[in-house]
Amino acid sequence: MAVLEIKNLHAEVATEDGEKILRGVDLEVNSGEIHALMGPNGSGKSTTAKVIAGHPAYEVTEGEVLLHLDEDDFGADFEIPEDKRTWDLLDLEPNERAALGVFLGFQYPAEIEGVTMTNFLRTALNAKLEEREELFEDEDEAEDEEEDVGYDTSPMEGPVDEGEVGVAEFQQLLKEKMELLDMDEKFAQRYLNAGFSGGEKKQNEVLQAAILEPSIAVLDEIDSGLDIDRLQDVSKGINALRDEQGTGILQITHYQRILDYVEPDMVHIMLDGEVVMEGDASLAQELEAKGYDWVREEVYGTA
Amino acid sequence: MSSEQDHLKETDTEARFEFKKEQKAAFKADKGLTEETIRLISEDKDEPEWMLQRRLRALKQFQKMPMPTDWPGQPDLSEVDVNEIVPYIRPDIETRGGAESWDDLPEDIKDTFDKLGIPEAERNALSGVGAQYESEIVYQNMQEQWQEKGVVFMDMDKAVQEHPDIVKEYFMTKCVPPSDNKFAALHGAIWSGGSFVYVPEDVTVEMPVQAYFRMNSEGMGQFEHTLIVAEKGSEVHYIEGCSAPKYSAFNLHSGGVEVFVGEDAHVQYSTVQNWSKNTYNLNTKRAIVEKGGRMEWISGSMGSKATMLYPASILKGRGASDNHITIAFAGEGQNIDTGAKVYHNAPETKSTIESKSISKDGGRTNYRGLVHIADGAANSSTSVECDALMFDNESTSDTMPYMEINESTVDVAHEATVGKIGDEDVFYLQSRGLDDDDAKQMIVSGFIEPITEELPIEYAVELNRLVELEMEGSLG
Repeated sequence: MAVLEIKNLHAEVATEDGEKILRGVDLEVNSGEIHALMGPNGSGKSTTAKVIAGHPAYEVTEGEVLLHLDEDDFGADFEIPEDKRTWDLLDLEPNERAALGVFLGFQYPAEIEGVTMTNFLRTALNAKLEEREELFEDEDEAEDEEEDVGYDTSPMEGPVDEGEVGVAEFQQLLKEKMELLDMDEKFAQRYLNAGFSGGEKKQNEVLQAAILEPSIAVLDEIDSGLDIDRLQDVSKGINALRDEQGTGILQITHYQRILDYVEPDMVHIMLDGEVVMEGDASLAQELEAKGYDWVREEVYGTA
Repeated sequence: MSSEQDHLKETDTEARFEFKKEQKAAFKADKGLTEETIRLISEDKDEPEWMLQRRLRALKQFQKMPMPTDWPGQPDLSEVDVNEIVPYIRPDIETRGGAESWDDLPEDIKDTFDKLGIPEAERNALSGVGAQYESEIVYQNMQEQWQEKGVVFMDMDKAVQEHPDIVKEYFMTKCVPPSDNKFAALHGAIWSGGSFVYVPEDVTVEMPVQAYFRMNSEGMGQFEHTLIVAEKGSEVHYIEGCSAPKYSAFNLHSGGVEVFVGEDAHVQYSTVQNWSKNTYNLNTKRAIVEKGGRMEWISGSMGSKATMLYPASILKGRGASDNHITIAFAGEGQNIDTGAKVYHNAPETKSTIESKSISKDGGRTNYRGLVHIADGAANSSTSVECDALMFDNESTSDTMPYMEINESTVDVAHEATVGKIGDEDVFYLQSRGLDDDDAKQMIVSGFIEPITEELPIEYAVELNRLVELEMEGSLG
């Protein structure tokens, strides 16, 4: 079981005199669990998500973001040695975090023209697997790797090294995952998010998580801009991530609505850069009924 | 991977593009450019008198013409001193005008081309290879089936001897006269090597014809001439790839390309240019397109210190058409000034120009183009699209698409975009597992995708790989 542990996280915008946004966030998400992170606009939810993933626009001034892994978190064939079971994500590049199984579902996914979904996802999956190997490699082994750079073939010929997951195998995988999410198979040949509707983009974020099989997925307002049918598709996808891959979900949302379909094990409420209240699914319902003024009153004794 | 390619495993990227061979030349002209030098070159090649006279006339024109210096944003040519270049070097081999088979070549030259992947490429896909090692074609081969149909693909020097009538008619007469520009004049005086392609009426050469050019001696220039004559109803695709190892003294490449597209003929001319980062690449390429003919120029400019290259099509006959596809990549210290020129001189002519440029680490790319629609070229149409992508604030990109429209019943479309690579886009891809370089590489390959998807597969692969290498900064 993987655990994402955020301890006393402080972060500010990475500019001179950057605004302080996070003021001591504590949060823990286990794989296989669904957590909801709620809070008013500007309370620091999205910043928390971006800092977990390593967004360069924020600077962490204090605290830790740890990922604890179990021996078998990467499957039976991949034994994680004892001294490499806890990682401080703040020391790692965004792609290294991804390789360890941390996924960020974006509120506004980027549109990349000219890169097909299939090409992108297969490249990402292979890059993730390769980076993971490197992270767990002994240092002597790593040095040997370095010598093996450059072309294996003439530039006149196609790439020989297809990566761990070959084209045919990947296409099968993609097809299965798309069926699961009820996505039209023509998506596979479209350019990444280019010209996608808001709903299609969100569905695509869930598809990517399904392909990359993260231990922990942080989903930033995955429910915003979805109509009711799409909301159900996306919810089904999120539940499948948990049920079939054992992914731990940290779901950032403004609305109770999605929580009717994706029932959280735990709800965390943020105010002014901190997590101020925690509870089970009923907390979200209470919040829906009473609003954030109620939270303020409970926490600060004043509305 | 096949066993023939095993040697490639042992070389890293750097070695593959920066290898240089010890120079063994049989003949080396003294430095400097004089009438004396020209006579020596011509004599050494056993050229007929008419060719010598053309060279001397071109030399006079070169000496009269001023250096171009007043184009806005143009590369700085002040370091180009023609007298400092040894204009003509012939590799030390016994066979003139090309060895018959690969095995006859000296080991070091074979090795050079092996590293470029030429024999594999030929075996796999190409119908003829002319590889120019320095100034002479050392290897020529055309598959027999094309020879039987009368297709000619040979070293340009050899063509002067063997096909004097055709060469005399077309060589720097009506397409690119030496008076065209200073470097065309220089080229006319000291040209050496290159390819001659002749495709008879109604013959289609199904596989691309390819030539590779390399510069391998310090301070030398390369001035190859390519002449393609495609008769009525014929079809041919010519691929030229260029690269040079890295040197401290500057190199000058000033090639000349002339293409004659006959009635309803179709010629595609593709170039991958990957000269080393001290080369001045100043070329003149032009096609004359007859009625119903079609010319396609595909250019990838990756290397060189400075490139000035504007392939031109003169649409002479009714219904002639042109398609330009240009990709330029400028890194640190590079100024890649490319573009396209099209002259619509007849009714119902059509041109499409697509240009994509990428600049990074302070590099500069310019798109400099001209579309001229003559009075009377009724119902013609042109579409120009140029997009520039910059990696950082230090890099520059300019777009100068000139249009001269002298006819009212025409359809003109123009679109230009300039943008910087987005940090959010890079982060998005990184969060999925790609490292910083791979993420940028993916964005760039997406940016040029509309162009690469139109290329033959092996060419698209090579171009993508060169862009990839440029981005790794591992090319000299």
